[in-house]
Amino acid sequence: MAGTPQETIDELAENFALFDEMEDKYGYIVDLGRQMDALPDSEKGDETKVTGCMSQVWIKPTVDDGDPPRLHFRGDSDAFIVKGLIAILLKVYSGRTAEEILSVDPAEMMHRLELENHISPNRRNGLVSMVETIRNYAKRLREKQEA
Amino acid sequence: MTTANAVDRTETATIAPEAPGFDVAAVRADFPILAQTVRGKPLTYLDSGASAQKPKAVIDAITSLYTHDYANVHRGAYSLSEKSTSLYEGSREIARRFINAESTREVVFTKGATEAINLVANTYGRSFLSEGDEVIISELEHHSNIVPWQMLRDEKGLVLKVVPITDDGAFDLEAFKGLLTERTKIVSVAHVSNVLGTVLPVKEITQAAHAVGARVLVDGCQGAVHIPVDVQDLDCDFYVFSGHKLYGPTGVGILYGKEALLDAMPPWQGGGDMIATVTFEKSTWAELPAKFEAGTPPISAAIALGAAMDYVSALGLEKIAAHEHALLNYAQQQLASVEGLTLYGTTPGKCAVMSFTMDCAHPHDIATILDQSGVCIRAGHHCAQPVMERFGVPAMGRASLGMYNTRDDIDRLIKGLGSVRKIFG
Repeated sequence: MAGTPQETIDELAENFALFDEMEDKYGYIVDLGRQMDALPDSEKGDETKVTGCMSQVWIKPTVDDGDPPRLHFRGDSDAFIVKGLIAILLKVYSGRTAEEILSVDPAEMMHRLELENHISPNRRNGLVSMVETIRNYAKRLREKQEA
Repeated sequence: MTTANAVDRTETATIAPEAPGFDVAAVRADFPILAQTVRGKPLTYLDSGASAQKPKAVIDAITSLYTHDYANVHRGAYSLSEKSTSLYEGSREIARRFINAESTREVVFTKGATEAINLVANTYGRSFLSEGDEVIISELEHHSNIVPWQMLRDEKGLVLKVVPITDDGAFDLEAFKGLLTERTKIVSVAHVSNVLGTVLPVKEITQAAHAVGARVLVDGCQGAVHIPVDVQDLDCDFYVFSGHKLYGPTGVGILYGKEALLDAMPPWQGGGDMIATVTFEKSTWAELPAKFEAGTPPISAAIALGAAMDYVSALGLEKIAAHEHALLNYAQQQLASVEGLTLYGTTPGKCAVMSFTMDCAHPHDIATILDQSGVCIRAGHHCAQPVMERFGVPAMGRASLGMYNTRDDIDRLIKGLGSVRKIFG
């Protein structure tokens, strides 16, 4: 995705603002999930599973050999809305450097994308876990770069 | 305030009675929480199986206790403590009547049904079962009626046997009889399944178990709220239920046990109120039921549970059940019209619990979309993972009815499921 994470967040927020009907908004989220290049079943294991989600969620990172290196994520869920939310998160976070990933304020992002309004508190915990997992990968990459 | 009243009146006018002699509009007016809106939509509460809402009588009992009558129980020589004690013991008498126990000595306040089952496993189970003895449970049990027995099995070297359920969710009585042996010491089964709504034949189960000398515990969490319970008629040895599913507070439950059994059982937790004498060499135990109520009990919750049982009894559990059954029939008809929906648990006479999956969406997707319209259902494994496995699904959605639900609630559920189809189908 071109531009900074912040520009991606702005773009997504503008898209969400187009929907008046709840059904259309969720239809868009579900479509984003369907279009996502999902993680194959062979890579869904304990190593890629994110804890804290009511439904099952997997996220797998890869690091490219760029300078600085960029983190690429693929994810999946057995629930369609969660899968769509993963797709949204990956638009913001995937293909970014560790610095870019850590520059995003998660609470501000959730607020901008109205994710806190769209998902139940139990589910939101799952989303928070996903973001935490992504940020932890970025922190580890940054430590490795510094070492 | 004026607006809220106006809304209430409008809503009241649309509610037709489901069963004779049961005024659901008046009942709804007793539950303050139901008057609210969620995202501008009327609250549609279809998760009473997880925890029921509370009538004003229960809320008032708590307020009144703390405003006028509160002190610790069984301790002070002053009048406030006597008042508090008499309300607490009065609630025990209400519970005795509610399940028709012979004596209040057979009614123990616990912190919930889970604790009650653990109490029996840890006292009766530890004292009277030995290696090679058998405990029988069923495939439809809540985790609370599985895990305590597994822990006891591992500690004592017991055998845990599981009665299968049939495709429609029925308890297989013949298979159960085939599992009973001379070594069977405890049979512990639900009165009503929290996922499938199945009513278990607990009287027949008890007769067959007693024939081989086994004791019977009935987990009545979903039973006592839908079916009038008479423990003497059932002849079960233990009956447990929680307060919060019976329109009462959380943090309190009831353990009924036959007096001779409770007498023979050692105490579980030690502390204040459960002793007769204490020296450093030896302590002796208090009489029943205090022997099993160590420490300061959940005083306000126990008293408010009494108010909840009085409220339910005044309406009449038979009438509540008739209302719920009529509504269940309507709901099941409506659900049958939803494309791609599978309902689990279809035994005749089942209680008002409807678990389902849809071919187009995960139960969590369904619950999320319904929540957008103010419709509250449960999604997940319902603390009954073996039931999920039995039907080959990771999770189910569940709508469970209480005394205050109406056709409008069902219609909003069906409309919400229409949105689910539109989004995911």
